[in-house]
Amino acid sequence: MNGIKRIVTGLTAVLLVQAAPVVQADYTLNLRQGVTPISREIYDLHMIILWICVAIGVLVFGVMFYSVLRHRRSQGAVAAQFHESTFVEIIWTLVPSLILVAMAIPATKTLIAMEDTSNPDLTIQVTGYQWKWHYRYLDDEVSFFSLLATPRDQIENRSPKGEHYLLEVDQPLVVPTQKKIRFLLGSNDVIHSWWVPDLGWKRDAIPGFINESWAWIEEPGTYRGQCAELCGRDHGFMPIVVVAKAEDEYRQWVASQKVAQQSEQALSEQEWSLEQLVARGEEIYNKTCVACHQPGGVGVPNVFPPLKGSPVATGPLEAHINIVLNGKQGTAMQAFAGQLSDLDLAAVISYERNAFGNNTGDHVQPTQIKAAR
Amino acid sequence: MTDSIQAHADEKPAGLWRWVVTTNHKDIGTLYLLFALLMFFIGGTMSMVIRTELFQPGLQFTDPLFFNQMTTMHALVMIFGAVMPAFVGLANWQIPLMIGAPDMAFPRMNNWSFWLLPFAFSMLLSTLFMPGGAPAGGWTMYPPLVLMTGDAFPYLIFSIHLMGLSSLMGAINIIVTILNMRTPDMPLMKMPLFVWTWLVTAFLLIAAMPVLAGVVTMLLTDRYFGSSFFNAAGGGDPVMFQHIFWFFGHPEVYIMILPAFGVVSTIIPTFARKPLFGYASMVYATASIAFLSFIVWAHHMFTVGMPLVAELFFMYSTMLIAIPTGVKIFNWVSTMWRGSMTFETPMLWAISFVVLFTIGGLSGVMLAITPADFQYQDTYFVVAHFHYVLVTGSVFGIFGAVYYWLPKWTGNMYNERLGKIHFWCSVVFSNLLYFPQHFLGLAGMPRRIPDYAIQFTDWNQVSSIGGFGFGLSQLIFVYVVFHAIRAGRKAPARVWDGAVGLEWSVPSPAPYHTFQEPPKLADGQLQSEGV
Repeated sequence: MNGIKRIVTGLTAVLLVQAAPVVQADYTLNLRQGVTPISREIYDLHMIILWICVAIGVLVFGVMFYSVLRHRRSQGAVAAQFHESTFVEIIWTLVPSLILVAMAIPATKTLIAMEDTSNPDLTIQVTGYQWKWHYRYLDDEVSFFSLLATPRDQIENRSPKGEHYLLEVDQPLVVPTQKKIRFLLGSNDVIHSWWVPDLGWKRDAIPGFINESWAWIEEPGTYRGQCAELCGRDHGFMPIVVVAKAEDEYRQWVASQKVAQQSEQALSEQEWSLEQLVARGEEIYNKTCVACHQPGGVGVPNVFPPLKGSPVATGPLEAHINIVLNGKQGTAMQAFAGQLSDLDLAAVISYERNAFGNNTGDHVQPTQIKAAR
Repeated sequence: MTDSIQAHADEKPAGLWRWVVTTNHKDIGTLYLLFALLMFFIGGTMSMVIRTELFQPGLQFTDPLFFNQMTTMHALVMIFGAVMPAFVGLANWQIPLMIGAPDMAFPRMNNWSFWLLPFAFSMLLSTLFMPGGAPAGGWTMYPPLVLMTGDAFPYLIFSIHLMGLSSLMGAINIIVTILNMRTPDMPLMKMPLFVWTWLVTAFLLIAAMPVLAGVVTMLLTDRYFGSSFFNAAGGGDPVMFQHIFWFFGHPEVYIMILPAFGVVSTIIPTFARKPLFGYASMVYATASIAFLSFIVWAHHMFTVGMPLVAELFFMYSTMLIAIPTGVKIFNWVSTMWRGSMTFETPMLWAISFVVLFTIGGLSGVMLAITPADFQYQDTYFVVAHFHYVLVTGSVFGIFGAVYYWLPKWTGNMYNERLGKIHFWCSVVFSNLLYFPQHFLGLAGMPRRIPDYAIQFTDWNQVSSIGGFGFGLSQLIFVYVVFHAIRAGRKAPARVWDGAVGLEWSVPSPAPYHTFQEPPKLADGQLQSEGV
């Protein structure tokens, strides 16, 4: 019923406001060639099969439409009564078989190359969450979450859409060029699928499994993709951005990440004021919590509970910390203990207890979170 | 004696009660067909919601969760509510008429297998009005996502159980009818192809539906009784669900297309006035497709990360399907070759079926190539592929069948001009609707998303316009049928001058009871053949 109501309000909104003019981008008709040797092989394979299919189509439809034009009663055609011909039937079984074999040989070669994940230069673990990606560089102990960066105003048609609408993230996956990168894919909750068309493949991220795949990116650049397996409400809003850099630039980036992670840790040791925590918490909320609990903490009726005036966000502090840290079994509420730092957890919990009219005045220090873990 | 039996059996309760208690195959066929039409419009309305939201980027009309409910319910309603019951309706009407049987083998079970459906779909559709809404995890019901469904979850599972029971009873009935109730001088290899394809389909149903029932029951126990079939944390395996589901799901694809093959193999010879080119090879091709359908399931899930050997096996086995399918297409074209063709509405549907189903088949060959499938999988390319096969394939086949046999069912001709308008609108708009989806998928648009990057805008708009046009065109169909029943001119017994088969030896409309005495096979042949 809620959906029907939204349709009605949506229709009126569009009729009245007429959504902001959409930036016209180039559309494409065909598969992308991509930026790895494998993606080019796949592109070539795709083109070969496509042209074979087109040729078969032209031939079969050609014969058929010739027949439709010439063998019609209105043209005085008299029906022949021939049927059954073993010779013809053997031909039209054999010829397609040969074409299929011709297709299967290059396909098999490419497939074998794709599945060879041995001897990587570096390994990145990709973990799907509802609805964001987590990247861990196994060789460098760098890790972070990557979330949709498109503002809600653009999604809800209150401001014009940018060039990379829905295909932009707060923190992209940075990788070196000219290296064999092995990806290990897994999931924290439901099945996702990690797909960057320019790399030539997608691979499912499945809870309880570790899938492998690899890429060798030739050129520096920014490559965009998104989750390809239905994973719940915000499946359409978990993009992937890969930034490929030359080796030395990549090394610099890794070093800067390590410094940033250390200073983040130092911040967690400090005492924070309520205002500071709430300000920081609002940012975290809008990135991490808003997809379910919604702007204003109102939730989605019967699906995602509201935080505004909720017994958790206004009741005992321990229970609130516990549910944010450990999640709630059997629901979409995840355990955030492994996802956010002590400081960010303290900030977001403080924010939730002081926003949306929940004026508890409580404020949680990072050290309390550390103790509660 | 015969007269008194006939007079007695023709008594039936008046009004609506007749339809509740009927055990007559023609009544039940009509019920199935009307039910399918109703579901076609309900599922179609859902797809209109989808196409409206996708008309431009941004969220305009639906919450993403409601959008997911629409994609999920659209598929369930169309597959289990529209296409499958429509074919069972055609089977009910036509199989006894085509094999010279007085009715189906189990008339009372026939009644029951239809009347399960309204209950199943009331349960399923009622979830739209529940707190938390309808199922939103996709019609494929992959765990763990589907286990997060709200109160709708048990309704989803039990409605699938009911649909499965209905299909199973229907399949048993069809097999027993075909094997035991043919007129004595009709050997298996003289059966009309529509009957053959349904015989094979019924075996597929019996093999596949219990697998679906089993796997959804496993979901049910995972959710409510603490089992961990698919829960990795409990030692289960979420990928196992996909294997079991698609072991049902791939035969299901052929369940929805084989009867359409039978319809097209009936219509083309009639309007080409020429026997089907290779009857025996058509039968063998049907059986081969049915066999292959059980060993290709994992091509629906190439991206889950299978061992190389498994990926190669499923790639090769999937490519093999192209061979018997090709045999069928070549057969239809050869049947048309040097015929004396006329192009009444059923023939138009059949020809468009051959062309558009072949397009769907060719994109199917592309999807079989595993490395390329890693790009195509879960994109709009797949959506385009299966809508070519299911809409311009199965649904067009059903329309062809309805136009072909409607005069036999109602006793009246439909309006040829309106029928052709319905056909041309459908064929133009369906291509406008589905063809651009190939481009969208190749360009990188995943399926099942309510909002998309701006480079996908243009083709989505074309597709949506096609969708609205295709949806509206179907209202013409309702009017054509209504008009034929109320105001069509009287049809002769043999409605089409080239039509062969026992159904044309009975008057139009077909009397309530037919073939109380087994007919001679020759009754169905053309006079000119002098048999």
